[in-house]
Amino acid sequence: MSKTTATRARPLSPHLQIYKPIPTMMMSIIHRITGVALYFGTLLVAIWLMAAAGTAEGFARVQGIYGSWLGLFVLFGYSWVLFHHMLGGIRHLVMDTGSEAALGKDESRRAAVAMPVVSFALAILVWVVAIMARGA
Amino acid sequence: MTDMRTPLGRVRGLGSAREGTMHFWRQRLTAIANVPLVLFMVGLMVALVGAPYEDVRATLANPFVTLVVILFFVSVLYHMKLGMQIVIEDYVHGEGAKVALIALNTFFPLVIGVASIFALLNIAFGG
Ligand code: HEM
Repeated sequence: MSKTTATRARPLSPHLQIYKPIPTMMMSIIHRITGVALYFGTLLVAIWLMAAAGTAEGFARVQGIYGSWLGLFVLFGYSWVLFHHMLGGIRHLVMDTGSEAALGKDESRRAAVAMPVVSFALAILVWVVAIMARGA
Repeated sequence: MTDMRTPLGRVRGLGSAREGTMHFWRQRLTAIANVPLVLFMVGLMVALVGAPYEDVRATLANPFVTLVVILFFVSVLYHMKLGMQIVIEDYVHGEGAKVALIALNTFFPLVIGVASIFALLNIAFGG
């Protein structure tokens, strides 16, 4: 006869807080956070365009704000977040194919750990090019 | 009152009437389109940092640039609208708040898109 009563307490419904954070899970969460940040970041591009469609003075004012320390800080953040979300998005698309290369335990962990670093490097690269282009 | 609609008509838009994967699919399609469009936009903005007003306008008025920037807005705004809708549906459970936010999420990308495309066309054709 098999015993039907549970011999130990069953796990409770899992809440986010009780998981041990692991890289793939963090990247999933960060993909969502970066998506929401970019949602509002699109405004930065739209405002810049609208300023270019307006007067020279208005455009200069917007460029002044974007070129201030706070503006540059926000724009750098925007570019980092954009690259991060793009890499994450590409990762999502590869995972959607069911490919072992993206879903294997070690492979997915390695890709997740690399993302903040690679996206940061790409953002730095873009800014170096931008600063050099401006200086030239 | 008798319902004049067909069974299919009654369930359409309510869930699984062969449109369940449409949202997912469009999120992926716009994601794929976003990659080249976002890269182009980053390149454009890098090329134009600190450029004088007239140069920025002349570049934006180039037909190819105008076209790609319009595509950028269409794809990105649709993508982010789809994405934000899922976020709202996941976290906002009060019926009133949810409907209000989903309405806002429809208006916000639309207004930004129309305003940006109008700005571009104004630069391209406004003289
Ligand atoms: C400025 C550009 C972009 C904005 C504003 C944006 C915004 C968003 C938002 C709000 C979400 C929803 C997040 C969630 O449901 O967790 C999302 C999801 C997604 N994004 Fe983007 N995104 C942008 C660019 C990109 C790019 C370049 C890719 C490249 C592949 C991409 C791929 C994806 C994918 C695959 C998802 C779905 C993730 C999932 O199902 O969990 N996005 N995006």
